Amino acid sequence: MTIAGLKKNKTYQKYASFFRLRFVMGLQYRAAALAGVVTQFMWGFLEIKVFLAFEQSSPAAFPMTFGQLAAYEWLQQAFLAFFMAWMMEPEIFECITDGNVSYELCRPVDLYHMWFARSMATRLSRGLLRCFPILTVAALLPAPYRLMPPCSLSAAVWFVITMLLGLSVTVALCMIIYMLTFFTVSSLGLRLVFSCAVEFLQGAVIPLPFFPPTLQRIMERLPFASMQNVPLLIYSGSISGAAIWRAAGLQIFWLAALILIGKNIGRYAMKKTTVQGG
Amino acid sequence: MIVMKNICKTYKVTRRNAGFKEAARSFFRRETETVTALDHVSFTIHDGETVGYIGPNGAGKSTTVKILSGILTPDSGECLVDGRVPWKNRIRHVAQIGVIFGQRSQLWWDVPVIDSFELLRDIYSIPPDTYRANLDEMTELLGLSEILRTPTRQLSLGQRMRCELAASLLHSPKILFLDEPTIGLDAVSKIAVREFIVKRNRAHGTTVILTTHDMQDIEAITRRIILIGKGKILLDGGLDELRRGGEDIDHTVAELYRSYEI
Repeated sequence: MTIAGLKKNKTYQKYASFFRLRFVMGLQYRAAALAGVVTQFMWGFLEIKVFLAFEQSSPAAFPMTFGQLAAYEWLQQAFLAFFMAWMMEPEIFECITDGNVSYELCRPVDLYHMWFARSMATRLSRGLLRCFPILTVAALLPAPYRLMPPCSLSAAVWFVITMLLGLSVTVALCMIIYMLTFFTVSSLGLRLVFSCAVEFLQGAVIPLPFFPPTLQRIMERLPFASMQNVPLLIYSGSISGAAIWRAAGLQIFWLAALILIGKNIGRYAMKKTTVQGG
Repeated sequence: MIVMKNICKTYKVTRRNAGFKEAARSFFRRETETVTALDHVSFTIHDGETVGYIGPNGAGKSTTVKILSGILTPDSGECLVDGRVPWKNRIRHVAQIGVIFGQRSQLWWDVPVIDSFELLRDIYSIPPDTYRANLDEMTELLGLSEILRTPTRQLSLGQRMRCELAASLLHSPKILFLDEPTIGLDAVSKIAVREFIVKRNRAHGTTVILTTHDMQDIEAITRRIILIGKGKILLDGGLDELRRGGEDIDHTVAELYRSYEI
């Protein structure tokens, strides 16, 4: 291996090790996982019930089959930790507002990369711990509530790919919020406005196909639709064929754009930063 | 070698009077005042020196340490640490220094201390042999063998500070910055921390820069004192020169503060 290659490998190892510790840490919170599974299961059940009432009152207005809707809801609940914008890292906010970030800045690592690895690890460990019980039970439920299998093998593969992309987009968006926290004393307002907007625009409250067509076309192009909307619709076949390539391409575009924005805000913050609390 | 030349740093502080009316007014218009934290600070520290950096609260001690460790960018002035400008190439710089902020913790709260150490090993890309040797040495000197497998949150302050010391030296830094390392510690832990720092300096030639309000720390660890007040260096000299016959160090320093009106 060349010296440059070796150096690069070492750099990678730093973040991999960081990721590993965080991932293992996430796995040790068993009670939280159990509570999460139960909550998410009940929530998914309720949501499907609401949509069932809606479908029965006007079946013609329903933009997808009921099986597709049930799949959307169950996958959303199973992988909640991957896409929910409000699940940010409280420790990052704390360390910025109370000045503990000093220690993070004393490490020979890039702050952006380190926090990115950390957020990915937390979300992955939380999601993986919770998804299997929910998916298993949902697959065994009777008809309208049942989680159907992916509509084809290629849809299953694309589902996994676009889900990982969507997870990265979510984290990249949260990174912008972390970096903006350097400029404000309390991040609460920022987080609240941001979380509400993202929930609505990414299709966490109502799936995007249920929005009016014009609005839907705009929303599909925003970065928020590149989070959970793409993988969940691919799974059930609502997005298929060439549309998959377009959607995945848009995800990659937004991922790159958000990372660029986050990194630049971070760079600016480092120059202007004052460490709070002496 | 550390060279600071005419370093200046100012902060903006918002001010308002008490009361609801004033608070409402400040919502629209904030009065900010510029506070000078460092005012043309210059000094040189050679390799292997032990320096006590003292002064009252708010004198600019922590600001100096943060500039030297690359966290803050000064408004003006020059600073070179072993030929590096700390804030220009932060990542390369911090790989060569160790820092302890006595009021904060660098260990991961929920995992055993050894996990934090192994993470630091990877973050600093410490070669396995160096890591092993350093870990063994510090486990012995600081008596860590019992507590390495305990999660940080369950350690006492004294135990935690010993682990913090070990954590900041695992990568064999040439320079160690200690910002109030004995704050809140009991007598036994204080002595353990001081003895360890002295041993480390003797055995490895580590440059030590220490800020503290505990004059016994200064007496036990440092040879040279830099006194800072209101952002200016007031005095720079050997510990013995400062002391007048018979008086203990606390009185000497209190007398110094009074004479400089800081």
